[in-house]
Amino acid sequence: MIEIKNLHKKFGKNQVLSGLDLEIGEGGIFAVLGPNGSGKTTLIKCLLGMVIPDKGTISVLGENIKNSSDYRHRIDYLPQIANFPTNLKVKELITMIKDLRGKTDLDKELISLFKLEPFLDKKLGNLSGGTKQKVNLVLTFMFDSPLVILDEPTSGLDPISLIRLKKLIQAEKAKGKTVLITSHIMSFVEEISDEIVFLLEGKIYFKGSISELKNKTNQPDFEHAIASILTDNHA
Amino acid sequence: MLKILKYSFYDLMRSRWSYVYFAFYLLLGVVLLFLNNDLSKAVITLMNVIIVLVPLIGTIFGVMYYYNSKEFTELLLAQPLKRSSIFLGQYLGVAISLSMSLILGLGIPFIFYGLFKSNAIWDFSLLLITGTFLTFIFTALAFNIALSNENRIKGFGYAILLWLFLAIIYDGIFLMSLVIFEDYPLDKLSLIGTMLNPIDLSRTLILLKLDISALLGYTGAVFKQFFGTNFGLIVSISMLTIWIIMPVLRIIFKAKKKDF
Repeated sequence: MIEIKNLHKKFGKNQVLSGLDLEIGEGGIFAVLGPNGSGKTTLIKCLLGMVIPDKGTISVLGENIKNSSDYRHRIDYLPQIANFPTNLKVKELITMIKDLRGKTDLDKELISLFKLEPFLDKKLGNLSGGTKQKVNLVLTFMFDSPLVILDEPTSGLDPISLIRLKKLIQAEKAKGKTVLITSHIMSFVEEISDEIVFLLEGKIYFKGSISELKNKTNQPDFEHAIASILTDNHA
Repeated sequence: MLKILKYSFYDLMRSRWSYVYFAFYLLLGVVLLFLNNDLSKAVITLMNVIIVLVPLIGTIFGVMYYYNSKEFTELLLAQPLKRSSIFLGQYLGVAISLSMSLILGLGIPFIFYGLFKSNAIWDFSLLLITGTFLTFIFTALAFNIALSNENRIKGFGYAILLWLFLAIIYDGIFLMSLVIFEDYPLDKLSLIGTMLNPIDLSRTLILLKLDISALLGYTGAVFKQFFGTNFGLIVSISMLTIWIIMPVLRIIFKAKKKDF
């Protein structure tokens, strides 16, 4: 599904990714973890072509993404902070994205799932953070693409919406999709992901299931396993 | 690209600024006609205002729009769209809506005053055409500045400096060099110097069409010989077109390499 070879990226003097290799197969939920500044968002933005890597190749669904934009038809992306044009109404934004990406009928279902009907005629600038995140989720999930990338999907969501989101992600997985998630909420990651990819200093430090990680670090639970990686490498 | 253009254009049409700009030109046109009581005189006064103001507004508006629509741009970048079409669409959206404000704002009062029955119509059209050229040129330059500077304050600063340079400082340097080298034949040099600055080029183009080149003395005669002919007009228009194409190419080039 995704194949990354020898990826390098530098922002000024700050080397963010240094020779990252990663292969992600078809189907399943993958969590990309790592401390702040380890390059998670950069990695995802490289996948989306928003950040241009200095070196290395990325292919998504068997297609080299360099200088191409069509492959993004097959990716649903949830950006980290829902930055929307503030003077658009929710309804207009949804129509606009549909106009740009193609027809879909899933938006109505998702709007009722997240109970967004009362907000459709409000301007995006006047919405709360959590509601914006729900709009963000609707925009992401309405296209039914084989690859779903979620950057901090839980931020600002209330408990009910969080449960709905988890169900939604599981349903996507059941359809055979590949879901890539970054999150700092360890309980969420533990509950939902099949495999984790741990980034450290611009490289993959660990890739495998949560139980493998627990064995490797000799820790009884997931949160401590992650913490032990961080203390071992930064002590 | 057309879809992006459409949304940028709608976005701008809904914003207050397009109307402010439109209303300003409407007022300017009405006041000038009222004060001058004569179409051709009003055109000359208008030229002086347009030559300075249109580049300023194009620059400021271009930079402002780019920084303000950053969120929109990031949203678009994650969609299956080419980068060049995103940025060209936004650029054309700004440039076209500014040009429309200019053309409609000035055109309406002049038409009501009886433009079509007067012989100032060609001068007036030339004025609007150069105004549109200047809008496209300076919006493109503004997009270049904004694309190269993440910091808004810096971006605005450079944009103002660019305007100041081309509208005022360039003329100063130009005049000084003419004074310093007055012993040499300067008509070719001054022609080239005029060609290299879109504001000067537009000003000369309009002045000579207005047939007041006698005011310009000997150099005016040389200019008249060059700009007054069809050849001069074609060269000037191509020069202005190059002034649009170059920055637009750099927008495409820059946008392809930028990280978001």
